[in-house]
Amino acid sequence: MTRNKTILYALILAFTFVCPFVFPNFGTQLATLWLMIIVALTWDMTGGQMGYNSLGNIFFYGTGMYVAALISIGMVYDVGDYTNAAGGGIYAFTDAQYFGGLFLGIIGAGIFCSVVAVVIGYLTFGLRGPYFAIGTLGVAIAAGELVSNWDWVGGGQGIALPVYPGDLDTGKIFFYFLFAAVGVSVFVFVKWLYGTRFGAAINAIRDDEEKSDAMGIHTLRYKLYTWAMAAFFVGMAGGISAFQLIHFEPLESAYQTINLGIFMVVCVLLGGKGTLWGPVVGAVLFHLFKEVTWNYLLGWQWVALGALIVVTVVYFQDGVMGWLMHKRPEWFGIRIEEKIAEETE
Amino acid sequence: MTAIINVRRVSKSFGGVVANQDVSLKVNSGTITGLIGPNGSGKTTLFNSIVGYHPIDEGSIQFEGEEISKLPVQQIARRGLLRTFQQTRIYGAMNGVENMLISLPHRKMKIWDALKTFTKEDYERADHLLEFVGLYEKRLLKSGDLSFGQQKLLEFAMALMNEPTCLLLDEPTAGINPTLINGLIDRLKRANSEFGITLFVIEHNMRVIMNMAETIYCLAHGELLAQGTPDEIQNDQRVIDAYLGAH
Repeated sequence: MTRNKTILYALILAFTFVCPFVFPNFGTQLATLWLMIIVALTWDMTGGQMGYNSLGNIFFYGTGMYVAALISIGMVYDVGDYTNAAGGGIYAFTDAQYFGGLFLGIIGAGIFCSVVAVVIGYLTFGLRGPYFAIGTLGVAIAAGELVSNWDWVGGGQGIALPVYPGDLDTGKIFFYFLFAAVGVSVFVFVKWLYGTRFGAAINAIRDDEEKSDAMGIHTLRYKLYTWAMAAFFVGMAGGISAFQLIHFEPLESAYQTINLGIFMVVCVLLGGKGTLWGPVVGAVLFHLFKEVTWNYLLGWQWVALGALIVVTVVYFQDGVMGWLMHKRPEWFGIRIEEKIAEETE
Repeated sequence: MTAIINVRRVSKSFGGVVANQDVSLKVNSGTITGLIGPNGSGKTTLFNSIVGYHPIDEGSIQFEGEEISKLPVQQIARRGLLRTFQQTRIYGAMNGVENMLISLPHRKMKIWDALKTFTKEDYERADHLLEFVGLYEKRLLKSGDLSFGQQKLLEFAMALMNEPTCLLLDEPTAGINPTLINGLIDRLKRANSEFGITLFVIEHNMRVIMNMAETIYCLAHGELLAQGTPDEIQNDQRVIDAYLGAH
């Protein structure tokens, strides 16, 4: 079993590497797929594993975009002048400035979002269930509105970043691998985290928070840490998106609550909440579904997407992995044969 | 002998209903102390007050000499004062071993300890305690599928896993098969003598509490009615009246 698993992981990793070269026309699509996987996996950290359904994780995506952009611009030019020119002035970046700004920006975005997650978490983790979801959604919406009225960061027009200095196709592959690197890191990270005592503690919070309190688990502290970890990766993903998109604005691309903000939740529900592979499987299926409908059902794509969401939420709550776990428990190491044996005795 | 829990003149009402009135009692370190009383006499309210589920109106509650009446639940739990619930609370979706592992004392961990995977010792300890309460055979079953009595035993094992200094048990034998009760009395006594855990037990089953406790307090109508050794309590006319409804 372990050996098979190693081979499986090696195959997936190899596929990740060759994918953009085998399907060169889908470079940006595949990069977006990795983005979906990142936001789904990180959403599941709080939503699936800890029982806190956040609708505000998109806040970290948008904030990550802005922080990365501001860091990379601020290292070379005055941010106010730059955004005031709205991409019209002559602001050249050397290769070193571009890549230096990009990497520092992405890391900075991750760190900044972690810190902000602790602050927002401190204020919102007193809320439970749907109230937490609405509270965090409010944070994301408010942030979008605030930023779109803040001229120093470009206001409603957003920010235009420098274009990738190499040729266009190399750029697509470059961003694919940036997303893939973060995606693989998130997966390895959560796979490890869910096996630790910490992972068990956040599961305990999900299953019965009052009991966890009574057992002396540091519930608030663990909730804050978990969200900060999730925010770190989402912030980095946002930072990469900022450079990939070149131009972004606050409401439709940065704090896009009704698009990516909801998609990440649907991905997790579709794939299976609270499972390691669920968010990955869900992200792949969702992205495929979305792109197919966008291509062949144009005009009806939102209807199809809405139908998918309704069907998932109403009839398929356990998702693909949850369904598999129910049908094939032995694949997941869940032992029920003792119980059956006991009953037939 | 030093008092590990010292309750002094505690009163608690819910609206017009007086649940506890001027209750004072002591639980001595290393002993088993019982709390009895008819239904609705305020036993569980007193437990909830001690572990911080609700604020008290008046009085003081000390744990190991420290005032805890103003502290929230999790801070009291982190001082090593734990309780089990009358309506059992376990993590029903997980199996017995997972329930045990989650109950490791996080209060004794730095964040770096919490980020470790479970050690062989953790598993051995979990198995040992499951064996101790007689659930070893059922350790891999989903614990929500266990019978109520088995869930109670699991909750007790989880509490022991947490290495508390003092454990408050709310009706440990309620819902447990009478043939298992003797075994449970024995295990509670051993938890006290072998693991050195002070026990404070609410119990309706007189045979159980008289067998276990060194000191017993009796509540009626929210007030402390009597206290003493099991013999003294059994022969106290006021206690007998309270139970028979003559009060």
